[in-house]
Amino acid sequence: MSGSTAESAEPAAAGAPVPSEPVAELSNITRMYRMGEEEVHALDGFSFTFRKGEYWAIMGSSGSGKSTLLNILGCVDRPTGGSYRVRGQEVADLDDDELSTFRGAELGFIFQSYNLIPQLDVLENILMPVMYQDEVPEGIEDRALELAKRVGLGERLHHRPMQLSGGQQQRVAIARSLINDPALILADEATGNLDSKTADEILELFDELHAEGKTILLVTHEAEVGRRAENVLRLKDGNIDSVERGVSRDGEATDAK
Amino acid sequence: MRAVRLGVSSLLLHKLRSFLTTLGVLFGVASVIAMLAVGEGASAEAQDQIRRLGSRNVILRSVKPPQVGDEDAEMRVLSYGLTRDDFERISETFPGVEQSVPVLQTPAEVRSGQLLCRPRVLCTPHLFQAVTRRDLFSGRFLTVQDEANLSLVCVLGYEVARFLFPFDTALGERVKVGEHYLEVVGVLNSRLPVGTITLDPSSEAGGEVFVPLSTGRAYYGERQTQMRSGSMDIQEVQLHEIIVAAERDIDVPVIAAACRSMLKREHDEKDYEVIVPLELLARAEETKRIFNIVLGSIAGISLLVGGIGIMNVMLATVTERTREIGIRRALGAKRKHIVTQFLVETMVLSGAGGVVGVGVGLLIPWIVERAADLETIVEPAAPILAFGISVLVGIVFGLYPAWRAANMDPVEALRHE
Repeated sequence: MSGSTAESAEPAAAGAPVPSEPVAELSNITRMYRMGEEEVHALDGFSFTFRKGEYWAIMGSSGSGKSTLLNILGCVDRPTGGSYRVRGQEVADLDDDELSTFRGAELGFIFQSYNLIPQLDVLENILMPVMYQDEVPEGIEDRALELAKRVGLGERLHHRPMQLSGGQQQRVAIARSLINDPALILADEATGNLDSKTADEILELFDELHAEGKTILLVTHEAEVGRRAENVLRLKDGNIDSVERGVSRDGEATDAK
Repeated sequence: MRAVRLGVSSLLLHKLRSFLTTLGVLFGVASVIAMLAVGEGASAEAQDQIRRLGSRNVILRSVKPPQVGDEDAEMRVLSYGLTRDDFERISETFPGVEQSVPVLQTPAEVRSGQLLCRPRVLCTPHLFQAVTRRDLFSGRFLTVQDEANLSLVCVLGYEVARFLFPFDTALGERVKVGEHYLEVVGVLNSRLPVGTITLDPSSEAGGEVFVPLSTGRAYYGERQTQMRSGSMDIQEVQLHEIIVAAERDIDVPVIAAACRSMLKREHDEKDYEVIVPLELLARAEETKRIFNIVLGSIAGISLLVGGIGIMNVMLATVTERTREIGIRRALGAKRKHIVTQFLVETMVLSGAGGVVGVGVGLLIPWIVERAADLETIVEPAAPILAFGISVLVGIVFGLYPAWRAANMDPVEALRHE
């Protein structure tokens, strides 16, 4: 809403609904690594705003900066310059502890290799982000149970990750990413380790979440997966290459660039 | 509590490794407890023996001086030891002396019917019982009247009474001590030999028989005759022992010093010794302290080794679980959560080792006591101390691995394969 964020694409084409409130605002983000004598700019003045309820696929070849962007979006890495706000909160203002709590409260992570904790069962894994919060909301166990059922694991609550298939593990990870009702769900090659049928099921789950109004950012290098998203953001050399909006899953592009 | 449960479940993922790691601490803790128990027991036994001598007593003993003269002589009269004059001087002129009790020992055989034994026959006045704090089993001890009347009575030690009169009370019976018949008027309770010397070391019989000093002097004399492989060995000792009881503890060193200087002045050769239980006790305490320090350090080193083992394993674990650390950090874990997690795991390891170690440590003294017939004492503080140290080892050696885990870069950690 603030409008101060510079978007490279024209906002709100005619006939499109009024833009929803911004969830993640990145403004002039740079991320510089020092490799010996050389300075490498993984992100170079990146500015963009992700809004509530949007479903983005972030694409780009390796070295395009998409991993760095994801790390910054996920608040596990800090930009060397620029401003990043999540739901209005400037991330740079948070110290390490606050940032940790912030990650657990506002972000949902889904990884390529599921990243469940092997010694915890399904329910405990789903509850993981809550357990590190200073205050555990009431009835959170019921919510975890509900989420487990929702992703089709109601019968396997006390299985360990090793006892589950890849698809099932990824479902647990999705349930885990939802437990805190995060502002942003970040999925990093979420289907990369799955066969196409299972991948399809996971992507359908994302569609459902999108339909419910969740904000999803899906990093992928598979064009097929990217096509499933509502919008596609392409990166190249640490900045935006192209923005495609309104690519619905039915393929009717409304605002292709 | 949740943290502990999670720690345990992580450790159970590597059962053998966790078990081996705890072994180090286990042995450390067990050895601390066992060593302290054995050491404590040994010194308690020594102290007990010293205390039986009476902490307020100073004991003077006759000691046979080194043999001089012709070894082959068929008959010798050797005169040495404490004298009646020594006794008079002590009991009359020394300040701070409550009582002094002379003891004359005679090498007589004691018979009742067919039964014969060779206990120490101690000729001493009635004061002996009070000064050495002996309890009566039955009857009475020697009295002033016995002493005055040169009564032909005796008091038996419990062992002697049981030996000579296995089925009956000894009271009122007559026993033959040497050449004379004496009436048994009392039996003293059993106790390890105290303040006595054995005239004939080859004598196998133990126990004691008490005879009034005056009776002893009159009937048995101060000459002790012993047959020794064909030759006759005659010794003349006026008093075998003088037990000097001080009025107060603080008088003991003064009296001891006075006795030493008096005896040194009066005796040409050193045919006596001065035993001060209080000094022995102090020395025993000192020995025990050194003993405990040495044992404690040895056990401490084994705990240290155990701790290093734990640290080693935890460092490996942290590296191995880098990715897990990354996930936890991404999902909202603060540094302190990671520190706590690994510290708890280390403490569970060392604590488990500690608990089992306490068990083993208590078992070892129990076995030693039965197998080696050694007295052991487990001080209540020892298991608590040992367990506390094991937990402390967990904290100390767990801090660095935990710190390393907490300070990993989440991005790097997540990328770790």
